[in-house]
Amino acid sequence: MRFAVLVFPGTWSDWDCVHALEDLGQTAERVWHRETALDSYDGVILPGGFSYGDHLRCGAIARFSPVMSALERFAASGKPVFGSCNGFQILCEAGLLPGVLQRNASMQFRCQPQRLSVERSDTGFTNTCESGQIVQLPVSHGEGQYFAPSEVLDELEDAGRVLFRYHGNNPNGSLRDIAGIMNPMGNVLGMMPHPERASDELLGGTDGNYIWRSIIEHWG
Amino acid sequence: MTSYPPPGDALPADVDDEVLAQIALSRDEYERACEMLGRAPTDVELGMIGALWSEHCGYKHSRPLFHHFPTEDERILTNLGEENAGAIDIGDGWVAVMKIESHNHPSAIEPYEGAATGVGGIVRDIFAMGAQPIALLDSLRFGPLEDRRNRRLCTGVVAGIGGYGNCLGIPTVGGELVVGESYSGNPLVNAMCLGIAPHGSLISATAGPPGTQLMIVGADTGRDGLHGATFASVELDEASAERRPAVQVGNPFLEKSLMDACVGLVRDHRDWLEGLQDCGAAGITSSTVEMAERARSGIRIQTRHVPRRESGMTPYEVMLSESQERMIAAVKPEHVADVEAWFEHWGLHAEVIGEVTDDGIARVFDGEAEVAAAPVSVMTSPPAYTPQAERDSDARARADWDPGSLLDLDPADANDVLLRLLASPNIASKRWVYRQYDHMVGTNTVVTPGSDAAVLRIRGLRQGLAVCTDGPGRAVELDPYAGAARAVAEAARNVACTGARPVAVTDCLNFANPERAAIYFQLSESIRGMANACRAFGTPVVSGNASLYNESEDGPVTPTPVVGMLGIISDVTRAVRMAFRDDGDEIWLLGSGFEQRVSSLGGSEYLSVIQGREAGPVEIDLEAEAALIDALVEASEAGLLKSAHDCSDGGLAVAISESAIAGDIGVEVEIDAISRLDAALFGEAGARAVVSAEPGTDLSLIGTRIGVVRGDRIQLGPIDLPLDEASDAWESALPRLLD
Repeated sequence: MRFAVLVFPGTWSDWDCVHALEDLGQTAERVWHRETALDSYDGVILPGGFSYGDHLRCGAIARFSPVMSALERFAASGKPVFGSCNGFQILCEAGLLPGVLQRNASMQFRCQPQRLSVERSDTGFTNTCESGQIVQLPVSHGEGQYFAPSEVLDELEDAGRVLFRYHGNNPNGSLRDIAGIMNPMGNVLGMMPHPERASDELLGGTDGNYIWRSIIEHWG
Repeated sequence: MTSYPPPGDALPADVDDEVLAQIALSRDEYERACEMLGRAPTDVELGMIGALWSEHCGYKHSRPLFHHFPTEDERILTNLGEENAGAIDIGDGWVAVMKIESHNHPSAIEPYEGAATGVGGIVRDIFAMGAQPIALLDSLRFGPLEDRRNRRLCTGVVAGIGGYGNCLGIPTVGGELVVGESYSGNPLVNAMCLGIAPHGSLISATAGPPGTQLMIVGADTGRDGLHGATFASVELDEASAERRPAVQVGNPFLEKSLMDACVGLVRDHRDWLEGLQDCGAAGITSSTVEMAERARSGIRIQTRHVPRRESGMTPYEVMLSESQERMIAAVKPEHVADVEAWFEHWGLHAEVIGEVTDDGIARVFDGEAEVAAAPVSVMTSPPAYTPQAERDSDARARADWDPGSLLDLDPADANDVLLRLLASPNIASKRWVYRQYDHMVGTNTVVTPGSDAAVLRIRGLRQGLAVCTDGPGRAVELDPYAGAARAVAEAARNVACTGARPVAVTDCLNFANPERAAIYFQLSESIRGMANACRAFGTPVVSGNASLYNESEDGPVTPTPVVGMLGIISDVTRAVRMAFRDDGDEIWLLGSGFEQRVSSLGGSEYLSVIQGREAGPVEIDLEAEAALIDALVEASEAGLLKSAHDCSDGGLAVAISESAIAGDIGVEVEIDAISRLDAALFGEAGARAVVSAEPGTDLSLIGTRIGVVRGDRIQLGPIDLPLDEASDAWESALPRLLD
């Protein structure tokens, strides 16, 4: 597959995502936020970082970047869009996913390995996992506390759109331990953890590859 | 600011003491400046000279000692002090670039911003050379954390380092946190950065030939940080809080864009540039004057062209502002528009503020008016001092004290002593700190914080880099020569524990007021000790920073030379960690065995925490240290080691416990008859490491087999504890103090 990895000023997981996808034999190109066309790509990644220095709110300025209207069209076309960390925050700010990410309950940044439960295995993002499987992916954020009104949370749960939950400990105080959610069409996933940091045995784990391989399996 | 005699006066007329105090220039130094100029300086010149001659920029007391350091070998590509950082050839067409720097005084006044801008400054030093920063380390010292004020400093500094570093996408992979009484009024915050670049692609901080255009890029210039270099060069006192305007405010987002733009510019269009330099201490003054010095040229600066964020700034303020996130690019005249467009892509504005001239004079204009015209050679020739050195009699008496005068440890107390040591902030797990730092971004951190040193891979290369910092201040206070040599030895041991060969050192010299004989003794002896240790290990000093005048009303800080060590590991996939791994693995003690002289307790954590004494002799055996390093590197290259951890703070018992806790597996170690139990368990004799290996591996040429990895207890001579209890003491100490 050919992936676009979006780069906003302040993005820093762009290269990490490119490397993780290339290591799996995919094509991945960094695409500057001023681009206005994404049609030639098969998938779009919104990586982690501090786009615009988190000024105002995480992702609040990035959502006005020129590339965002192309992203909305891309998402509407049914092709896969995956945002992690700041990418998740941007997807929420842009309204492609519901809810917001708040300061961690500890009021401190947290960077650590984190266990997650995979809630469903019948999606485009998790089809190489078992349902209920525990995977380990690093988290690294200061504002990852997922918040949404309870009716929105109920709706997410009822529709099976919660794909990942923190397991064992909740690093940021997210409501209902939510770590990653999907849009109703099932082609946009946002999560705080970083699969690209768990895509290499040398760095201590490859559970991130479940997500990349699922995407490739489903859309490739 | 207007009481100066007009330029051209042959003799120095009156200048207010207050004015000189503001720029920390002595009257003798003022007169020296007048003599060199042949007249009294203008106020802008005086400000520039004051900043460039400050201890912080001019190294007045430390420079005459630097000749002790070994600075060259076949790997080293830079001359000490000539560039923003030191460069080391790491093979296969790549170079590493590194430097450590202090931001002590700003952090004492404003911990978050002080520490944050310390990170920003050291990162700019690395990318000013065109290198991509790949790792940060932070060496921190605070007063006892039971004190509310020290806790506020500690939590603020850690948050500031994270707040800035995390935003840049550079992993913070290591460092230290040490607590000691003397740091209460004056914490130490040293930041180290490591970068990499393809061989031959580095750029110098030079101004280039006459006609070269000087462009400023990045942040607009404000009044923040005025006299920061001066502030760093005097003791802290009650009025220091009023110096808050001397502390800069950081904008890491701007720095990230500036870094990406500068690294890309040097990578893709090095031919557009003559040189690149960051605006650090003393701002535009030091960056442009030092660039001119390297090019043996003059410069002409038009202050009206410097983009400002405040109105009504004087030329003096523009020249001395220490606003962060600014760089000076020396650009070939035909590429000014290209450079402007390049930065524009990143949302950054580059503006021509001057040019290089051929008359050797640094000229500053405010519109038509020339407000400074002094030879570059004068501005860059601060006086050098070698004061009287005399060992402090109290330190001497404490070093002469014999630990053998204490009763030996009662075996029945061994469990309790180990638990108390594991919970000492200097030994306890630093997870509370490093979990607030992104230590994984870049996906190159092979060995993450918590082991002896961090290990980074470089994509496409077989070899990797190991880095750590060490600065055993307490030992340096007792014996500056041996203690500082020990700093180098511990750092070398730490990188060697990962399997890396130590290759180069960057150092940060944190001392009190060197004008006092006892302090100058500490400084000069420490440099001698470090230099000899560096020679013994073949690790030249490639860069560094001196931070003097670290004193508060409570007195001077413990002399704390911090060593940043770089090692090269020949196969990064074989990096060794601290944690014991598998049931049945055998534990070996490399270097000397259980039997240790009681003098090895000198300056130890055991004496400090358990006996309430900071005393005793400090020993160093450089030959034994070098042999241990060889043994560690060779054994891990042969694939024999499953874990390695050096014996330092807390001695053998703590080293074994830490490896067990990190591996979540117990140990069984028997201790034969020994003369002193306290020295065997908790003595801090150097040149030792605890390693583990597959059963049947023979390491008897380099060490002694002492036990086996097994079960869920720490059983070590008279010590017998559940692993969980030891782990809890070690893990929960900092959270308990700081949350």
